[in-house]
Amino acid sequence: MIAEFGHFVLVLALGVALVQAFGPLLGMPFNAAFGRLAVPAARVQFVLLSVSFLALVYAFAVSDFSLSLVTANSHSAKPLIYKLTGAWGNHEGSMLLWTLILATFGAAVAFFGGNLPDGLRARVLGVQGLIGAAFLMFLLFTSNPFLRLDPAPFDGNGLNPILQDPALAFHPPFLYAGYVGFSIAFSFAVAALLEGKVDPAWARWVRPWTLAAWCCLTLGIAMGSWWAYYELGWGGWWFWDPVENASLMPWLLGTALLHSAIVVEKRGALKRWTLLLAIFTFALSLIGTFLVRSGVLTSVHAFAVDPARGVVILGILVFFVGGALTLYAIRAPALKVEGLFAPLSREAALIVNNLLLTAATVAVFVGTLYPLALDAVDGSKISVGAPFYNLTFVPIVIPLLLLVPFGPMLGWKRADVLGATQRLGVAAAISTIGLAAAWMWQNDGPWGAPFGIALGVWLIAGAFSEIGYRVRLFRGATVAEAFGKARRLPRSAWGTAMAHAGVGVMVIGIVGITSWRVEVIEALAPGATFDVGSYAITFQNVESYQGPNFRADRGSFLVERNGKEIATLTPEKRVYPVSEMPTTEAAIYTIWVADLYVVLGDPTGTGAWTVRAYVNPLVPWVWIGAVIMVLGGMISLSDRRYRVGAPVRARNAKPGVPA
Amino acid sequence: MMRLAALLVVLLIASPAAAVDPGERLDDPVLEERARGLSQELRCLVCQNQSIDDSDAPLAKDLRVLVRDRLQEGDTDAEVLSYIVDRYGEFVLLRPPLRAGTVLLWLAPFIVLLAGIASVLVYVRSRRPEVAEAPEPLSELEKARLEEIVIARDPRTD
Repeated sequence: MIAEFGHFVLVLALGVALVQAFGPLLGMPFNAAFGRLAVPAARVQFVLLSVSFLALVYAFAVSDFSLSLVTANSHSAKPLIYKLTGAWGNHEGSMLLWTLILATFGAAVAFFGGNLPDGLRARVLGVQGLIGAAFLMFLLFTSNPFLRLDPAPFDGNGLNPILQDPALAFHPPFLYAGYVGFSIAFSFAVAALLEGKVDPAWARWVRPWTLAAWCCLTLGIAMGSWWAYYELGWGGWWFWDPVENASLMPWLLGTALLHSAIVVEKRGALKRWTLLLAIFTFALSLIGTFLVRSGVLTSVHAFAVDPARGVVILGILVFFVGGALTLYAIRAPALKVEGLFAPLSREAALIVNNLLLTAATVAVFVGTLYPLALDAVDGSKISVGAPFYNLTFVPIVIPLLLLVPFGPMLGWKRADVLGATQRLGVAAAISTIGLAAAWMWQNDGPWGAPFGIALGVWLIAGAFSEIGYRVRLFRGATVAEAFGKARRLPRSAWGTAMAHAGVGVMVIGIVGITSWRVEVIEALAPGATFDVGSYAITFQNVESYQGPNFRADRGSFLVERNGKEIATLTPEKRVYPVSEMPTTEAAIYTIWVADLYVVLGDPTGTGAWTVRAYVNPLVPWVWIGAVIMVLGGMISLSDRRYRVGAPVRARNAKPGVPA
Repeated sequence: MMRLAALLVVLLIASPAAAVDPGERLDDPVLEERARGLSQELRCLVCQNQSIDDSDAPLAKDLRVLVRDRLQEGDTDAEVLSYIVDRYGEFVLLRPPLRAGTVLLWLAPFIVLLAGIASVLVYVRSRRPEVAEAPEPLSELEKARLEEIVIARDPRTD
């Protein structure tokens, strides 16, 4: 009954989405009243889809095996939390979540967008409704989550055991919030093209939405990478897997969009380019959805393999991106070109940022899709893996990272490059110290690794040089004065510094794990002792136990350092009987600047076990860096200038608190 | 900067790995090192975008053993790769070879980058004169008006 209700409400949501789309988009030229349909429609759609989604979650919670989706993806023996998260751990449920997040963003525009011009808001919501309608049709006609099964089976077929994990359970919602969040930038771009007007106010409205989406996507990607690191059992953190690439592409272009929107807002320049970026960023989000959902690229993540669905998503992609680009071709040339600037200026620096990010996106794009295209053209099959990206993506990103600290130091319009370079002198000195320290510390790593560390230090020191410069630290200001100035700096300045420093922290983590990993692979009998890095590890025993829905062998390893016991690690090998799938649960002991990573392998048949142990230096910094980037984004988002209600509220700001 | 880039590329290629069995290892550390390097360039045929160095699959193990056999026979790295490509096809190479069909794959990012730089240069060049240009001289009418204002404000004319 509840499932039918969820189904019914879903159909209703499609109807409302159509009203939200066609009311403003088709009706407004005839009567402005049609535009006023958008706001209530967006709210109603959000409520309907929430109800529908909750109905599905409920069906999973109570293990209603009369729903074929629940039967295929759940099992009564599963812990409740994974029953709940199982609701989106499958194709149909995750697409329902996709539409729900889309509706949430639409409702947020309806709710917070009170100070948007009525026409713009109605058109933004109209485009949003059109995207929603397309995906709801896709859901209802090809991937209906509420189909019944008669007779209902006694129990379900379980959920892929590898997916029964907290980080993975919450990775899709964040990833989707990122993907779908870029739909707002897209809707704003299309609405602006329809109105034929892009001004700094437009950019100020677009930026917070883009930033929010970017934060979610960053977090989603980081969670996925962290999960792969500890769950897949070989300690890698990024695999250039097509599905990872699918999320990296919109992230890269979204990062470019974030920066180019600043130029539109502050200087009124780069309007057309920013519109194009907004369109392509969302296009890449749709391509990401297409790649993952169609199963066109087989990958560890692709648990839905159904070409018919892929064709429909491709159709949606072609319709929206083709439509938006056509509109762009017609309307963009009429946009007024403004904002003159010199070749050396912050505008120019942000153009360089955009160029490099775009080229990096292209590298990932061709690497991901070229094998498919080549196969279609001449039938030859090639693989594109890490060695390709190391030769294309990495050389494009390194100059980008080297230039990051210069950006915020340069002035708008015409910059004093010599002065900016001088202001970065301290950062350069700190980075050189980092280089020397890493050089002396490493015994036998690759000789380039210290330069990588220096690059990371450069990014961190460079990020805070800008703050230091702005508060006049070391330039005549006392510490108290500098502190006072620092408190009054706009939050967006702190956000920028944090985000850029986060990139530096991540770079250090990446260099550490790729250059200085220590590995021990041995066949060991319980009782044996071995060294890995500075740790002495004793393999104590292996015992079997029965988990809630799996059997496991659990190894016990005593870790000592300098003769002192510091931890007991218990890596496991699990087998989930429902799917007969083995998984490894690596045991990780982290000291923040390194992880000790132990994996229990197979028994060798002679009483010994294959044991793999690694010291992964600096690897936690990869994710710490990502979290710092997200925090930076959130601090920026809390800047009153970029709050969603920006222009009006800033004017009403309390006196004495500069915005 | 390009040298630094090249150097970081070199270090990032030398990434470590995971799934090698103790029994497979060669006694000669130099050969073993080369075997590990080659393993990272070869795709596990039954896995998804994983190198044979990372993979637990039995087929990956067979390939790792094959790589080591060839190395012990005295093959160079290139000979080992071509031996394996002859048997399994180009699909095993994680670094696709540069040939007519893959030129675009390798060059696309750099073509886009160069095209972007070129169009930005054109754009900036086309805009620069406007920046440098002095404002247009005042017309006669404006001069007259200016004079009027200045005189009107001049205390001496009061």
